Amino acid sequence: MAYQPLDFYNIEELLNEEEILIRDTTRKFVDKEVMPIIAEEWEAATFPKSLIQKMAELGILGPFVPAKYGGSEASYTTYGLICQELERGDSGVRSFASVQGSLVMYPIWKFGSEEQKMEYLPKLASGKLIGCFGLTEPDAGSDPRSMITRAHKDGNHWILNGAKMWITNGSMADIAVVWAKDDEGRIRGFVVHKEDKGFSAPEQKHKVSLRASVTSELVFEDVRIPADRELPNTSDLKSPLMCLTSARYGIAWGAVGVLQAVLDEAIRYSQERIMFGKPIASFQLTQQKLAELATDLSNSQLAALRVGRLADEGKMKHYHVSMIKRHNVNAALLGARKVRGMLGANGITLEYQAIRHMCNMESVQTYEGTFEIHTLILGEHLTGISAFSNT
Amino acid sequence: MKIIVLLKRVPDTEAKILINQEGTGIREDGVKFVINPHDEYGIEEGLKLREKLADGSKVTVVCAGPEEATEAIRTALAMGADDAVHVCDPKLADPNPFTVSEVLAKAIQAEGFDVIFCGKQAIDDDLAQVQSILAEKLDIPQVNNATAFEMAADCRSAKLSRRIEGGDEKIETSMPAIISCDKGLNEPRYASLPGIMKAKKKEIRKKSLADLGIAEVPGTGRSRVLKWLPLPKGGECRIVAAEETVDAVRELARLLREEAKVI
Repeated sequence: MAYQPLDFYNIEELLNEEEILIRDTTRKFVDKEVMPIIAEEWEAATFPKSLIQKMAELGILGPFVPAKYGGSEASYTTYGLICQELERGDSGVRSFASVQGSLVMYPIWKFGSEEQKMEYLPKLASGKLIGCFGLTEPDAGSDPRSMITRAHKDGNHWILNGAKMWITNGSMADIAVVWAKDDEGRIRGFVVHKEDKGFSAPEQKHKVSLRASVTSELVFEDVRIPADRELPNTSDLKSPLMCLTSARYGIAWGAVGVLQAVLDEAIRYSQERIMFGKPIASFQLTQQKLAELATDLSNSQLAALRVGRLADEGKMKHYHVSMIKRHNVNAALLGARKVRGMLGANGITLEYQAIRHMCNMESVQTYEGTFEIHTLILGEHLTGISAFSNT
Repeated sequence: MKIIVLLKRVPDTEAKILINQEGTGIREDGVKFVINPHDEYGIEEGLKLREKLADGSKVTVVCAGPEEATEAIRTALAMGADDAVHVCDPKLADPNPFTVSEVLAKAIQAEGFDVIFCGKQAIDDDLAQVQSILAEKLDIPQVNNATAFEMAADCRSAKLSRRIEGGDEKIETSMPAIISCDKGLNEPRYASLPGIMKAKKKEIRKKSLADLGIAEVPGTGRSRVLKWLPLPKGGECRIVAAEETVDAVRELARLLREEAKVI
């Protein structure tokens, strides 16, 4: 039996034809191209690069970008549904698409010059260029303003020095959108090419999470780049944070995909697995877990869809995204752990999806604003008092 | 060249099918409907032919089906078909193959055609009749279950293969012809996001029976479905057990011979 995720509230009725078609085509792609290979790639700790060209042909890299730059001008709800389906496959695959779309194409589209947009966006949309996004540093995670990477203006060039860490796609990227402080302490965005002298991107190994995803350090040692590689229209820290809002929005949808995947697996397994002479689905403890999972899934789905509609009306705020990223990813992490347990000993193998999703969600809970930081963003919104600002 | 591809909307292969209470059809609530998977091979072959010819040829989808078939038609347009004709009429509520073929023939004649591709059968009723009746009505050759297709340079004939028991059959046919397509013919493309966005602007021409000049629903009364019934529940399962496996096998063989009388 193929994958048939629960649609408890008949959310299908709330989607338009275009949204349903692109969700279905992405689902089919994941069924045919991702599911057969993903456990092996995950175990081998490799990213399935063969998927990049296929995703590009599907038109799902940076789908919200205007057509003249190679995008499809799709709605944010459509982008969310794409993330949902990709993450049902694996968080590594969704992470690739999030970074390429929201963290590389988005800043070039929003803050780049016309020349930069024409140069990079069509190649990024068609998968000819792979991008990564460098904001986080070894000692600057939740507090990005404390970054130490520096950009010094030298005539018609900028000189970059410093290091970034936990950078998805880093070692396989052709270009990096890098954020660094100038001499006055203002944060600026730059496009660094992998061939630039003094730039290197060693891969970070030994992850027990997001194994089917490339994670890297970016090192800048007197990297001299032409001044026209700076993104001209940034406004300090606000600009990278705007990118993150876009990516986090997609992640909240991705978590829905994880909940759909693990609930689907839990229902099938518990109906088939016989213990004490009957399916484990007939035990109250199992039914309670299924009921909780279905509730978490349905709530996450409705919330993501509402925020998607707000985004399409231009009314989405960063705190809306904080609420769904925080809620949905946490629900997916706890849900995947719950299903891992329901599967008993079978649940510790990669034959089943739960443990892979469970391990992945540990990263997703932490990256793109930790669960805790999103809690404090909501706290700040509700009280007007920031609990984490150092100003 | 005018390339026609036929499309039927069917329940997803993986859908759980339940018969409605009256026994007149299936329960459609909660069932996902898709393009008949065999028809996807036909659509892909039509698109490939258009791309190969690259001479302004058009691929037109023709579908006779309910209002809800629009989604399946839109998917075919998103795959790359140029436009579509959708025959949709309340009188077609319970069609049989003869009815459908008559309607499709009229619609296709109105469009004009140089080649017609369709699936080898619909996966819901598995009747596999429409292509043959249609071939008779349009008075053109048919090649069924094609696994390879190659149009001649002058577009007046085509070479095909079809899988038969233990081998392949090579066929040559004159054009125009109707080709029913089998798995192996091609790998249907995905409906891409840009394709889906473009499909929104493509034309679906809705036609009623009256538009096609059909006054009475043809073919009714030739055969009709009396009732739909669920499969009978499986019989009771008996487990033949014995201390030694060989004894169990002996007992099983005896039961199959003497009681079930199947060996």
